[in-house]
Amino acid sequence: MFHSLGRYLLLLRLSFRKPEKFSVYWDEVMREMVSQGLGSLGIIAIISVFIGAVATIQVAFQLSSPLVPQTIAGSISRDSTILEFSPTISALVLAGRIGSSIASQIGTMRVTEQIDALEIMGVNAPGYLISPKIISGLSMVPLLTIVSVILGLSGGYIACIVTRDIAPADYITGLRDSFNPIIVTVCAVKSIAFGFIITSICSYFGFYTSGGALEVGQSATKGVVFSCIWILFADLIISSTLL
Amino acid sequence: MIETKNVYKTFGNNEVLKDITTQFRPGKKNLIIGSSGSGKTTLLKCIVGLHEPTTGDVFYDSQNFSAMHFRERVPIRKEIGMLFQNSALFDSMTVEENIMFPLNLFTDMPKSEKLERANFCLERVNLEGKNKLFPSELSGGMKKRVGIARAISMQPKYLFVDEPNSGLDPLTSILIDELISELTQEYNTTTIVVTHDMNSVMGIGDHIIFLHGGEKWWEGTNKEIAHTDNKELNNFVFASPFMKAAREKL
Repeated sequence: MFHSLGRYLLLLRLSFRKPEKFSVYWDEVMREMVSQGLGSLGIIAIISVFIGAVATIQVAFQLSSPLVPQTIAGSISRDSTILEFSPTISALVLAGRIGSSIASQIGTMRVTEQIDALEIMGVNAPGYLISPKIISGLSMVPLLTIVSVILGLSGGYIACIVTRDIAPADYITGLRDSFNPIIVTVCAVKSIAFGFIITSICSYFGFYTSGGALEVGQSATKGVVFSCIWILFADLIISSTLL
Repeated sequence: MIETKNVYKTFGNNEVLKDITTQFRPGKKNLIIGSSGSGKTTLLKCIVGLHEPTTGDVFYDSQNFSAMHFRERVPIRKEIGMLFQNSALFDSMTVEENIMFPLNLFTDMPKSEKLERANFCLERVNLEGKNKLFPSELSGGMKKRVGIARAISMQPKYLFVDEPNSGLDPLTSILIDELISELTQEYNTTTIVVTHDMNSVMGIGDHIIFLHGGEKWWEGTNKEIAHTDNKELNNFVFASPFMKAAREKL
């Protein structure tokens, strides 16, 4: 384990060496942002709307008592969406969507000698391949989380309109009630951390692939599994530290 | 000139290269030959720095390449062109982008000049007009030629070629060999080719190193190889009845 951790840290250090040419790296960052950000928008939108709707319906069901004001369902949905559902579930989905793509792309480049070709040319291969992906992950995962929060809360509103379990006006009032800005900070910290975890861990597994097509698949699987575990671990640490 | 001095390479307990000391002739086509598992590709990878020798050194024009750090190696690496066994073209880039890639990273040429250079390299390998194709749209022989075009885009001083004829039909193999030969003369490169293709050995081998069991077993020219009495080399070169018959006619 310490051997892997050491290799991971060394790879990160190599990834952030001074680029050979900034403009070429910048183009790669932009390409990655389009791939990671726009490419994941659809799946994040669908998941967020449904999770927001389901969360609202379940909270309404559990708090269906004349003693509890209906607005509380909006507040609970808001807090759980911003604190947990949007950042964490989005990150777990993105680990599958972005992480497997990163690990298999870099892994394929490794087994087809494309990384060797970069190194022969004098290019810092970890820097050229990994740093644009991490930079893109650090910016795109938080942006996707913002989209997820908005759509999750909208999903809750749609659920109120469709099911009539809670009056839509009460839901909106609940969203505004007793808002504590710390939850936004926690959400931002989580999404940045998750973006880093997904891109760096999957890049690591891809970069150290050896063998052929079978090993590329195994690297992608390992990358996703380890990313998910570390996302949940980081989720626990950040929540217990900041809340 | 490229030199190796007492190069050993081991992977775990497996000693792949044993005490390889040799000099590669500048401006000539140097061939490393040997049966599968004899350490040819490992030696090539040690020379270009993809593997570090366990002990021993590699010298480029008397500079100890093995002792250099990554950044110190960059100026030498800019003078290296390499064609890989599977071409190693970047899948996400077009043919033109593949060739322009080293120019984008290491030169300040304007885009028009880089395009001109890419077109020149493509013409040189007889692939004019294929600029916008992706590697997945090319045949094996075309990929090799694009690989060569990328390798010569920076006008290299050293050209390394790993199994240029693997997976190619005899006619395309000869074309690739001829191209390597012409480029060596044109750019006066020190060319090192790893192969076990006997047509290449007899056709373009100015200087041949035969590896056997990880050791340098024999060294000479393609003219000398036909008359050697080295048993292992004879077994390797004249393994087929056709080659045996050809030898008798020599």
